Parts: sequence; C-alpha cells; structure tokens
Amino acid sequence: MIVAEAKPLEEILESLNGMSRILIVGCGGCVSVCLAGGEKETGILASALRMKRELAGEPLQTAEETLTRQCDPEYVQQLAKKLEGIDCILSLACGVGVQFLAEHFPQTWVLPALNTKFAGATLEHGLWEERCGLCGECVLGQTGGVCPVIRCAKSLLNGPCGGSQNGKCEVKPNECAWQLIYNRMSQLGRLERLMDVAEAKDWSKSRDGGPRRVVREDVKLDG
Amino acid sequence: MEKRDSESFNPKIIAFCCYYCAYSAADLAGSLRLQYPPTVRMIEQPCSGKVDIRLLLQAFEEGADGVYVAGCLEGDCHFLKGNIRARKRVNAAKKILDKVGIGGERLEMFNLSGSMGPRFAEIANEMTERILQLGPNPLNLIRTERVNTGEEGDHK
Repeated sequence: MIVAEAKPLEEILESLNGMSRILIVGCGGCVSVCLAGGEKETGILASALRMKRELAGEPLQTAEETLTRQCDPEYVQQLAKKLEGIDCILSLACGVGVQFLAEHFPQTWVLPALNTKFAGATLEHGLWEERCGLCGECVLGQTGGVCPVIRCAKSLLNGPCGGSQNGKCEVKPNECAWQLIYNRMSQLGRLERLMDVAEAKDWSKSRDGGPRRVVREDVKLDG
Repeated sequence: MEKRDSESFNPKIIAFCCYYCAYSAADLAGSLRLQYPPTVRMIEQPCSGKVDIRLLLQAFEEGADGVYVAGCLEGDCHFLKGNIRARKRVNAAKKILDKVGIGGERLEMFNLSGSMGPRFAEIANEMTERILQLGPNPLNLIRTERVNTGEEGDHK
C-alpha cells in the first residue's frame, strides 16, 4: 500500500488561511489502511480544524466525504455535486488522490492534508516500513524476495558494501538488505545464485523522466 | 465580577465509563449513598477501548468542559487490552486538544474496578475540581460571547 502520514496541524491551518467553507475528503484506499486518511481520520481532522478556527474567531464550516478511492474517476466524480459554495477541498489521500481531484475539478483549489511517504507494508499495528522502490523492473526473483533497490541504503545490486557490520547497515540502524538476502538464499539452499553478477540496472524504467504509464489494450473500453 | 463568574460556572463533564468497572462502581457509589458532583454525566461503554479520538473531540466540540474515560485496572480489562488502548487514545487526543487550544488537561484517563465505589466518587470530585480551576471550555466562552453580541452562526 501507499503509506502516508498526517501533515502537522499548523501547516494545514496555514494552508487554509482565508477559507471559510471547505470540503474534507478522505480516501478508503491505502491511507485508510495505514490509518492516515480514512473516514475516522477525516472526522478527527475536521473536528480539530473547526475547534481551532472557532477559537481563533474565524469559524470554519466543513463538509466531510470519504470516497472508496480518490485515484479512480468513478469515485472522484461523486464529489461533483458537493463543490458548490466551497472555498477548497482538503484531501486526505496520497499525492495521487490530491492530484486526481485537482485534475477533475479544475475550478477548485485542492490542498493536501497528508505527506505521502512510501510503498510499504504493515509490520505491526501502528508500524509501517518501506518495501518497494517502484523501480519499474523487479529484481526480487534474483534476490530471494528481498529488495536491494529500496532496502539497501545504497541500492546496491551486487552487495553487500564494506559498511555491513554484524548484519547491520552503516547508513541507518536497519538490517543490511544484503545480509537478509544472504540469509534467505542460504535458508533456501540457493546461495550459488548470488554468484551471478547483476548487470547495471536500466534506470530509465524507474521514476526519472516524467510520469510512467501502463497501457492494457485488452481492458480499455474505448474503440 | 470574576468571582460571580466562577461561582456561576457549573461544569459539564462527560465520563465515558466501562460497563465492567466504572459503571458498576458508580452503581456501588449510589448504593453506598456517596455524594459526588452532579457535573458528571456518564455514558456507558461496553469497554473503555470502545472510546475513540473522534468521540472525545466531539464531546469538547459540543461544549463539554471536561471529559474523562474510566476503564478497568490495567491487567484486568474484560477484553484484555481495551483499557491500555483507551489510554493511548486519550494521550493522543490530549495532544490534539493542546494544539487546538482547548487544553489536554481537560481530558483524563482513570482506572478503577467495579468494587471501587468510593474511588468513583473521588474521581468525579477530582475531575470537577480540576475543571473548576481551569474554567469553562474556551469554545463555550466564545459562543456565549457571540450570543451576547447577537452574532449568529453554526459552528459546523
């Protein structure tokens, strides 16, 4: 899932300066699962904003709506009837949702309430960690299911580096990804696979160079 | 003038009480004919862990001067960890209330057992005393002022 966390309340309040009627939109997708932007978090933020603004002598009227997802047109369109008279939309989606709302409603000011962090997994309730670097060409098949692109601080494809000490990374207090890869390959009896040298990765498939696209002609509805 | 204001301040305190402890303790306090202030309005919960941050903020937004959550003694929760989770949520809500300007000290978490009737009355007194010292919820002050100056408007 895409993991996000709430922006500081002060920052959100500052972005809402001069606004008196806002639509706060939660997202029932990833940010709901990582407890940052679901229906409950939308309610909490709305209540906090209303109280703070009322105390500041500038009452804020809020409407709340939580869409199933903010990254699909059919759900985003549901907001069309709710925009009348509002000064802005405050979105609790990831950066995708915020942009998608802005694209669909060109006349409406859209503001983010979250900072989008990474593509990750839930390690335990309340703890999420990055797992995928969205590099566009998966190497997990060569590394025993442990991603060196995102879990190695240096994204080494032929690791470990000289800074791996006692299984720990020298950059951050994390497990060394290449130690994890070694352990897993060892456990699976496939250590010999690590003798294969990975060639230079094709980074043109990664994030640089503008937005990437996936096209599936077989599922497109037009034509 | 100030004295008259504080004398006329009759706090509204919401107590979210776990059915298995605080609610029974309140019953016991009643049976024991223990006096506690009428400022406390109890809301029965199946467990203190049922309380979430939204509910706590809603109470303040709707004018409560103080709020507390009363759950079982730690380790004695009927649902094992509901009271531990409630405490975490209360602490998170306190931080939000501090940022908002209501003040986190208006919110508290208490632990007691169903047999602690006197403690229930003590908590009600303690919380009432605290809120009397803190004064009214600042939102209420602003709303009263708005009514007095003839300004209208719904806060939502």
